[in-house]
Amino acid sequence: MTIKLGVPSKGRLMEKTFDWFGARGVSLQRTGSEREYAGTVDGIDGVSLILLSAGEIPRELASGRIHLGVTGTDLIQEKLARWDQLVAPVEELAFGQADLIIAVPQAWVDVDTLGDLDAAAAAFRAHHGFRLRIATKYHRLVRDYLRVAGVADYALIDSQGATEGTVKNETAEAIADITSSGETLRANHLKILSDGLILKSQATLWRSRTAELDDKQRETLTSLLERLT
Amino acid sequence: MATRSEILAKASALRALFEARGAMVVDPPILQPAETLLDLYGEDIRARAYVTSDALRGEQMLRPDYTVPVVQMHMTHGAKPARYTYAGEVFRRQEKDPTRANEYIQVGYEVFDDADPAAADAEVFASISQGLSGLPVAAVTGDIGILMAAVKGLDTSVPRKSALMRHIWRPRRFRALLDRYSGKTPVPAARSALLAGDGKIDAPLIGLRSAAEIQSRIQALREDAACGPLGAGQVELIQALLDIRETMHNAISQLRDIAVDLPAISDAVDRLALREKALTERGVDTENLMFEASFGRVSMEYYDGFVFGFRADARPDWPMIASGGRYDALTKRLGEGGEIPAVGGVMRPGLMLELEGANDH
Repeated sequence: MTIKLGVPSKGRLMEKTFDWFGARGVSLQRTGSEREYAGTVDGIDGVSLILLSAGEIPRELASGRIHLGVTGTDLIQEKLARWDQLVAPVEELAFGQADLIIAVPQAWVDVDTLGDLDAAAAAFRAHHGFRLRIATKYHRLVRDYLRVAGVADYALIDSQGATEGTVKNETAEAIADITSSGETLRANHLKILSDGLILKSQATLWRSRTAELDDKQRETLTSLLERLT
Repeated sequence: MATRSEILAKASALRALFEARGAMVVDPPILQPAETLLDLYGEDIRARAYVTSDALRGEQMLRPDYTVPVVQMHMTHGAKPARYTYAGEVFRRQEKDPTRANEYIQVGYEVFDDADPAAADAEVFASISQGLSGLPVAAVTGDIGILMAAVKGLDTSVPRKSALMRHIWRPRRFRALLDRYSGKTPVPAARSALLAGDGKIDAPLIGLRSAAEIQSRIQALREDAACGPLGAGQVELIQALLDIRETMHNAISQLRDIAVDLPAISDAVDRLALREKALTERGVDTENLMFEASFGRVSMEYYDGFVFGFRADARPDWPMIASGGRYDALTKRLGEGGEIPAVGGVMRPGLMLELEGANDH
């Protein structure tokens, strides 16, 4: 049996991952047509490449269907409860850096901290009759962060994309999303709260703690990790 | 481990105990409209309850407890006074601790009676205590009403008091507010800069929160800045109150001492003294009953008076074997104009059987 390595199936994340492995003498390649999700691994025997959506890699690692996988810290922590018991970080890959943050309109000159957000939420609810809405796709991380900080009177609204636009579209009053340069936030007239950094994320190589290994696979994994780290 | 049918049999026996006290059996549906629960508890409930949905009725929740449906039922067509009992599954989402059950049987007893609140408190506590008799458990009591009275009685502005009141159930934010109001935490630089400036909005106004709302908060911040710091003595009184962990009898005398400097809590302390008397009349040994002033502060925010819980002596890691309290404010929130004093409690027959089993060995 081979060691299964899960890698994001498209875009910059895939290319950068291929580059990172290539620089360490492990060449990953997509095969077949542009649209076919198949690939090969050269430079080491006994490893097979599984191309997956970055969002599905946490689940596959947790269930042990893949032994290694590349995905962001944000997705691991959002999708896996007790993630540290299911996966272990092997190496940070120094790309795909993104911060999960809470942002509000720049026009909210009275709101700079989570304490301000909480006070604004109380007044907003009293005035509008519903809770201040925060658009995000990171429900668990955001809820945990706000609960620990003691923020009340808000509601999370699911937003799977173009989250920065929800405030202007009046489907949310604030957002919690990932940002790397902050440019999209600024372009949408949003600012990050001074204590609004929930998590710093980057593309990371993870090892599954649940995947079973026979002697042959253990040997392959050891020599692969020696090569990579 | 007790089997499910053993737990159900135990639950029926406990429910029969409450029926014998005149309680009516109620059996609300498992699926509850999510909206009511979300409105009451906010986003936190999503981390604690299972949400499901269909295209027709929208979001529904698997009942995380019986209190809300029982209160709603009583407010719509209940007679007064009324006593209810129930036994059945409740569902609690567990994302952190896999040893905690996500589905278990709960038996409850709820009393809606405004004639004599102290007597109703004592009745619920004593009935649940009786159901637990013989088990190695210890009771703790508290009273959220005393802390609420203390906050109302602080020598500070109304907005500060409402902010503290709003966070009674979030001890960390409550503490942070006290530190801010007393000047222990300095005013953040961004706040000082805002108040020193003209409060002009220099960015496009987007979203539903209007310029008027922003200006009105700036005005509130200006008023707050003009309001002097909360005296160190006042903060100490709140801290002294929260630190009380004593037998109920001794706690009352400590509270009387605090009431000399914080007279606003006197009525609430009188109510506690009446409760102690009512408990004694019910045969509860209040000389040895524990009272912790901060007990019940991290539970879901509907208890606003008497609170109690029973812990297994040998299993501090377990959830409470039984717990309950007074929730007058909840009946007001759900009552659409009506309200009625209410007190109740729940027991966990599954954990009780496990404790009995451990006792036998």
